[in-house]
Amino acid sequence: MTAEEIKNILSGRLGEEAVLELLESDEEGMTVYDPPQIVVRADLIAEAALVCRDEESLRFDSLMSLGAVDNGERLTALYHLHSMTHRHQIALRADVPRAEPSIPTVENVWKTANWHEREAGELMGIAFEGHSDPRPLLLPEDWEGHPLRKDYVVQEYYKGMKVPY
Amino acid sequence: MKHPIETAAEQIRATAAEATETLNLGGAWPAGLPLETVILLTLVVIAVIAVTVVAGIPIVLVLMERKVSAYFQNRLGPTRVGPWGLLVTLADGIKLLFKEDMVPPSSDRKLFRLAPYVVFAASFAVVAVIPPFQSTVIGNMDLGLFLYLAISSLIVLGIIMAGWASNSKYSLFGALRAAAQIVSYEIPLGLAVLMIVMATGTLNMQHLVMDQADGIHAWYMFRHPFLFIGAFIYFLSAVAEVNRTPFDLPEAESEIVAGYHTEYSGIRFAYFFLAEYANAFIVSAICATLFMGGWAAPFPFLSGVPGVVWFLGKTMFLVFIMMWLRWTLPRVRVDQLMSLCWKYFLPISFVNILGAGVLALLEREEIGAQLGGMFLSAEAVSWIAFPFVLALLGWFARWGTEPVRRPS
Amino acid sequence: MAAPTKALRTDEMVLSMGPQHPSTHGVLRLELKTDGEVVEEAIPHIGYLHRNFEKHAESLPYFQIIPYTDRMDYIAAMNNELGFVLAVEKLMELGGKPISIPEKAQYIRVVVCEMNRIASHLLAFGTYGMDIGALTPFLYAFRDRETILGLFEDICGARLLYNYIRFGGVSRDLTPDFHHKLRRFLSKFEKNIDSYNTLLTNNKIFLERTKGVAVMSIDKAIQYGWTGPNLRGSGMKWDLRKDEPYSIYDRFDFEVPVGEIGDCWDRYKVRMDEMRESVRIVRQALDQMEEKGLLDDPNYAAKVSAKLRPPVGEVYFRTETPRGDLGYYIQSDGTNVPSRVKVRSPCFTALSAMRELSRGLLVADIIAIIGSIDIVMGEIDR
Repeated sequence: MTAEEIKNILSGRLGEEAVLELLESDEEGMTVYDPPQIVVRADLIAEAALVCRDEESLRFDSLMSLGAVDNGERLTALYHLHSMTHRHQIALRADVPRAEPSIPTVENVWKTANWHEREAGELMGIAFEGHSDPRPLLLPEDWEGHPLRKDYVVQEYYKGMKVPY
Repeated sequence: MKHPIETAAEQIRATAAEATETLNLGGAWPAGLPLETVILLTLVVIAVIAVTVVAGIPIVLVLMERKVSAYFQNRLGPTRVGPWGLLVTLADGIKLLFKEDMVPPSSDRKLFRLAPYVVFAASFAVVAVIPPFQSTVIGNMDLGLFLYLAISSLIVLGIIMAGWASNSKYSLFGALRAAAQIVSYEIPLGLAVLMIVMATGTLNMQHLVMDQADGIHAWYMFRHPFLFIGAFIYFLSAVAEVNRTPFDLPEAESEIVAGYHTEYSGIRFAYFFLAEYANAFIVSAICATLFMGGWAAPFPFLSGVPGVVWFLGKTMFLVFIMMWLRWTLPRVRVDQLMSLCWKYFLPISFVNILGAGVLALLEREEIGAQLGGMFLSAEAVSWIAFPFVLALLGWFARWGTEPVRRPS
Repeated sequence: MAAPTKALRTDEMVLSMGPQHPSTHGVLRLELKTDGEVVEEAIPHIGYLHRNFEKHAESLPYFQIIPYTDRMDYIAAMNNELGFVLAVEKLMELGGKPISIPEKAQYIRVVVCEMNRIASHLLAFGTYGMDIGALTPFLYAFRDRETILGLFEDICGARLLYNYIRFGGVSRDLTPDFHHKLRRFLSKFEKNIDSYNTLLTNNKIFLERTKGVAVMSIDKAIQYGWTGPNLRGSGMKWDLRKDEPYSIYDRFDFEVPVGEIGDCWDRYKVRMDEMRESVRIVRQALDQMEEKGLLDDPNYAAKVSAKLRPPVGEVYFRTETPRGDLGYYIQSDGTNVPSRVKVRSPCFTALSAMRELSRGLLVADIIAIIGSIDIVMGEIDR
C-alpha cells in the first residue's frame, strides 16, 4: 500500500482537515523521507493512531519508534509505524508549538508508547496529555530542562554537585 | 553401684596418673587437684582439641570446593598462595580477620553479634557424637543420634537471628526461607534416621557402626530396599539442610544477594562460612556413619587399614557428591522446594517406615523364615521386587513433566 | 465455633532490587512490591547509565558517532555499528549520492555481525544459567566467547568496542589466517552447543524454573513493541534479516527459530537455536567469499570523505541485533553533523513490559524474566 493511499484512508476517516500533508522523498533526492511521513493535526493524533491500528487495510499493530524532534519554532513528535500483518511502514508526524508543547497520548493504542512518551516527554519537554505515568524515566525527577532541545543549557549545580565539567 | 560420673572420674584420674608417671611430671599436681577440676580440665582439653581439629576441616573443604569447581569449569582455581594454591584458604581467613568489624547501625546489635556464634556452636557441637575411629568418640552416649537431630536443628535458630537482627530485607527473606526449608526437611531426614533405629534398636552411633562392621553387605544402605531409598532421602534432605545447591535458596545469590548473611562481613561472615562447610562435612559424616558403615572397612580383608581412613574416605566421597551437585545443577524455586519435601519425600518416607517395620517384624518373629524361608529371606524378596516397584512408581510419578501452574 | 480472631495486620513489603544487585544485568533497579515470596508488582526504574547518546550525536560528525554506538549495546557492538552505518548509507543512497560498498566489505560485515550475535547469545546463555543458579555454564560460554573476541582483536585491535564498520566498508582488512581460525572455531563451537543443551537447556530443574513462567502472547508482545528473540519466543516468525533483508542477508540460507508459547524457556531456546543459524550464515559467507575469490581481494572499503554530508532528509532504518530491532532515526540538514539522531532500543521496549509480566510471580521468577529478555542497560539508558 502506498503512502498516498494510507493518507487517503486517514483523511477519509478523520476528515480532510485532520491530515495536513504527506512528506515523501522527491525524485531528485533533494529531500529524503524514508518512510514517508503523514503530517497529522496534533490534537487528533490519538484518533489517527487508533485508525492506523484498527483499520483493516492498515493494521499498523506495531509502533516501531516514537521520537521527538526539535525543529526550531515547532517541536515534532514522530511515530514510526509498522504492520506485522501487511508488512508496510509509515510515519505519523505531529507538530506542536514550542511555546505550548502538548499532544494527546497514544499509550492506549500501543502499550509500548508508555515508556517512549515518558522518554520523549522528559528529554524534549513535550507534555503527553492523559499519560498514566508522566514521571521522568531516564533523568532524575528533579532535573531541570529538557536536554534534547537545541537551546538546552545544562544546569550549574545538581544537588550541590557541579554539573558541567 | 557407683554413679557413672564417679567411674568416669576414676578412669580419668587413673589415666592422668599414668600419663604423669610416663611423662615423669612428679605425680604432684593432677592428684592434688579436686575431682571436679580434673574432669573439667579434661573436658576443656578434649573440647579444644576437637574444635581445633574440626575447624581445620572447613579450611580443607573450602580449598577442595574451589579446586573441584575449577576443574568442573575448565579452570585451574587458586594457584598462587602456596604450592598448588594450598594456602589460599588460610590467606582468606587472615584477610577476613583483618577486616573491619561492621555492624549495621539499624540492626539489633546484640542479636547480630550473637547469631554467628549460635550457628557455629550448633554445627560444631554435633561432632561430639560422630565416631571417627574404632575406639574413639568424643561423647559416646546412648542418645547420640538423638543428640545430633536435636542440636543440628539449633542452626536454624542462629540463621533466623542473623536474618532478623540484620534489619535488611534480603536477610529477612533468606532467614525465612531457611526457616521454612530446614524445618521442613528435618522431617524426612528424621524419618530416614528413624528407620535405622527401628531396625537396630539403638541410638548409640558407635554401636550402629559396629553393627555394620562385617562388610559392605552389612551396611544399612544395602540391608533392604527401604533403607536404600532412605539413604537417598537422608542425603538429599541433608543437602537441603545445609543449604547447598540445588537447595541453596536461603543464600541464593542471584535472587537475594547473600540471604541471611548479606550484612555480615569480616570474621563474623567467616563464622557463617566455616559453619556452612563444617555442616556439609558433618551431615556427610553422619550419612557415612549411618548408612555406609562409618569407620568400618567395606571388605573384611581390608580391615587392617585404619578406621579413620575409611571414615574420611566415605565422608569426603559424599562431600564431593555435594560439590558435584552444586556445580552442575541450577537452583529450584521456593514452591518446588516445598512440594518436593511435602509431596514426595514425606510420603515416600512413610512408606519406607512401613516397609522397614514389616521387614523388622518378619525378622524378629521369624515369620519370614516360616513363610518363605525355604529358599529366600524377606530381604532378598524385597530386593528382587525393588526394581519393579521403582519402575512402576516412576511410571506413575514422572515428577514435573508438565509446565508448573502458577498461583494466580 | 471459635470467635473470629482479630485480623492479623499484613502489609506489602517494598523490596528495592538494584541498582546494585548480582542479577539485574547492569544497573537496573526494580521496585518489588512483595507479599512474602509473591511479587505483586515489579516496577523497573532505569536511567542509571543515561548519558544521552542522542545529544552527543547532534554535535559530532557522522564518522565520530560510530564509536558512540558501540557503547550502547556493548555486548553486540558490531551490530550497533552496522545499524547506524547502514542508516547513513541508506540516506546517501536515497539522496542520490550512493556509496558503493565493495563486495568483500559486505561479507566481512555479515561475518563479524553474526559472530557478535553468537558472542552476545553466549553471554545471555551463561548469565541466564547464573540467574537460575547454575554457575558452570557461564564459564563454558565465556570460553567460546573469548575465542570470538580474540578474533575481533585480530582484525580491529579491540575486544569489546570495535569501531570497525565504517561508511563504505570496514576499517581494516581481515588478517590472512582469519578464516582458518574462524572455521576451526565454528566446527568446535557446533559441538559445544550440544553440550550446552545437555548441561542447561534440558536440565530438569532448569525446565521447571523456566517453563510456563511469564508467558507472553504474540499480540501482547507486539503491543509492547517486542522484537528479536523475545518476539520469536512467543511464536512470531519475524526476523528482519529474513523479512526486510538488509546488507546481503538475502544471499544466505538460514532458518528463523521460533518458540511455542512465549515463556522464559522459549525465549532462551530461541537464542540457543539462533547460534546454530548464525554459524550457518558465517559458514556460507566464508564459502561464498572463497568462491568469489574475495579473501585475497585488497579492496575492503570504499573511499568516503571524512566530511560526509548526507542530503537533507529523514530516515528511519532498523536492523536485527541480537536483542531485536535496533532502529536509527536520522535527521540530516545537509551538513556533516546530524541534526537529530534517535535510537529505538529493543531492550527498552522489552523491559517496559516487565510490570505486566511480573504480576503475581515469585521473587525467583523475576530473575528468570530479566535473564530471559536479555537486556543490556547501556542500550536501555543510552
